[in-house]
Amino acid sequence: MIDAKQVLHVARLARLELAPEDVQPMADELSSILGHIEQMSSLDLEGVKPTTHVVPVEGVLRADEAEAPLPREVALSQAPKHSETGFLVPSPQA
Amino acid sequence: MAQSESITAAIKTTATEQIAAIQAGALDARELFDAYRERAAADPNNAFTWVASETPAELPAASTPLAGLPVAIKDLFCTEGVPSQSGSKLLEGYLPPYTATAVQKLIDAGSTSHGKTNQDEFAMGSSNENSAFGAVLNPWDPSRVPGGSSGGSAAAVAAGQAPWALGTDTGGSIRQPAAFCGLVGLKPTYGSVSRFGMIAFASSLDQAGPITRSVADAALLLSHMEGKDPRDMTSIGLREPIEVPTRTDLTGLRIGVPEELSGEGIDPGVRASFEAALEQAKALGATISTIHLPNAPHALSAYYVLAPAEASSNLSRFDGVRYGNRLEAEDGSLIGMYTRTRTEGFGAEVKRRIMLGTYALSAGFYDAYYGRAQQVRTKIVEDFADAFSQVDLIATPTAPTTAYELGAKSSDPLSMYLGDFCTVPMSLAGIPAISIPSGLADGLPVGLQLAGPAFSENLILGAAHALEQAIGFDTAGAIR
Repeated sequence: MIDAKQVLHVARLARLELAPEDVQPMADELSSILGHIEQMSSLDLEGVKPTTHVVPVEGVLRADEAEAPLPREVALSQAPKHSETGFLVPSPQA
Repeated sequence: MAQSESITAAIKTTATEQIAAIQAGALDARELFDAYRERAAADPNNAFTWVASETPAELPAASTPLAGLPVAIKDLFCTEGVPSQSGSKLLEGYLPPYTATAVQKLIDAGSTSHGKTNQDEFAMGSSNENSAFGAVLNPWDPSRVPGGSSGGSAAAVAAGQAPWALGTDTGGSIRQPAAFCGLVGLKPTYGSVSRFGMIAFASSLDQAGPITRSVADAALLLSHMEGKDPRDMTSIGLREPIEVPTRTDLTGLRIGVPEELSGEGIDPGVRASFEAALEQAKALGATISTIHLPNAPHALSAYYVLAPAEASSNLSRFDGVRYGNRLEAEDGSLIGMYTRTRTEGFGAEVKRRIMLGTYALSAGFYDAYYGRAQQVRTKIVEDFADAFSQVDLIATPTAPTTAYELGAKSSDPLSMYLGDFCTVPMSLAGIPAISIPSGLADGLPVGLQLAGPAFSENLILGAAHALEQAIGFDTAGAIR
């Protein structure tokens, strides 16, 4: 259902790395779960609308009035690396 | 420290009774808070990830609605300045700069948290064995799991380490641990409690709710959590105020038992307890009938597409940039930093679900999985609408088994997922559902689930209260 090659592709999309010995077990586990999920294909869903949200919500936009944001130093305080003005990350060019 | 006999006796009473005693001057709130804090710190079941080092210098006044009573908070609720790690190594030591709305509302009503509770990592699990901070033990039998993902919250309340606790429920994570630990657990209508400050798992399903020792306690705690919140655009609050449940009979109430969620797959001990509870309901005046939720057998399939898909998107924020731990790559690259941070920070189950969700959303598979699952969700919603045109409430066992041994299902993810089949349909439909203890099977608690239409919390709580009084289960049975 999902093979080792697809597992490696999906892992790359998800920014996860799998040890070589973990690739096939992951493929087997996901295949077993997907095998159960496949039971959905026995249902006739022609013309059925998808549900994205179960409870009706209206007027979700608040008035466009500025509120006090988190102070910058507080927002930065939990970052692994930061300067006085922003988050620091390795250079994308590295 | 030895605790006085009167405090030990007070700990066996419910939160509602404790508040009444504090307000009558018969119980000292500080002494009670101290006792809970010490019991939480001793932590024989690994239920807590953080416990307050001391009782606050000033507790809220006895005249406040919650009278200074402590509350245990599931780890995934952000609480300012207190570790909020969602059971993950990736967030170890994270101190949020703000507090979740549900928690803040309880503080505003006169409560104070004395501890954060252990959980499955990012709420992904049904046994609390997926925590980076170790498994939680069931106070009824420490060789068994407490359920999950709010297993620490349930274990803490069952062991008398907290009068009550906050949990979250995505596919059963309040109701199933409440069932396994002999407690009351309520998942309210989706949108009734703000999700602001809850570290997200699956946003269209996640809902906060109480885990308590009585139905009246659940009503009281929910009444102080619910409400529309400008910081959560999906929150709407409840349509009517929560009433203190006083109902003692079920005259005229129509209860439907869906064949799909009460027959095949339910263990004999659970089934016997469930049938005995239905007899009690009949004796209280309810009419019981068999109904059908024809698409319910497909609910798990839809859930295990939708929840991982939403999770794979929500958890993309954990990249080592803004919060949590970071691990640099050997090659010094940015992508390498993201990848190493996530690979070493997430546990096996979280990775499995991110993989599943990413696959389901990836090009070429979206329609077959995610699109189809959303259509199945529509069918489930319609099934419940049909059912509630015939009956007032739906009753099922909360879980097909009682608490199982540690390790029994941890090597087989699919068998763990299948254990959620009684609770997941209500989550997909966004409707409220409560689990109350229906009795014991081989010495372990069994949960009875009652579900109703959206915003029927008062009806559910009333019926649950009547049944609770008739059943007479001792929710203090595991307090030592």
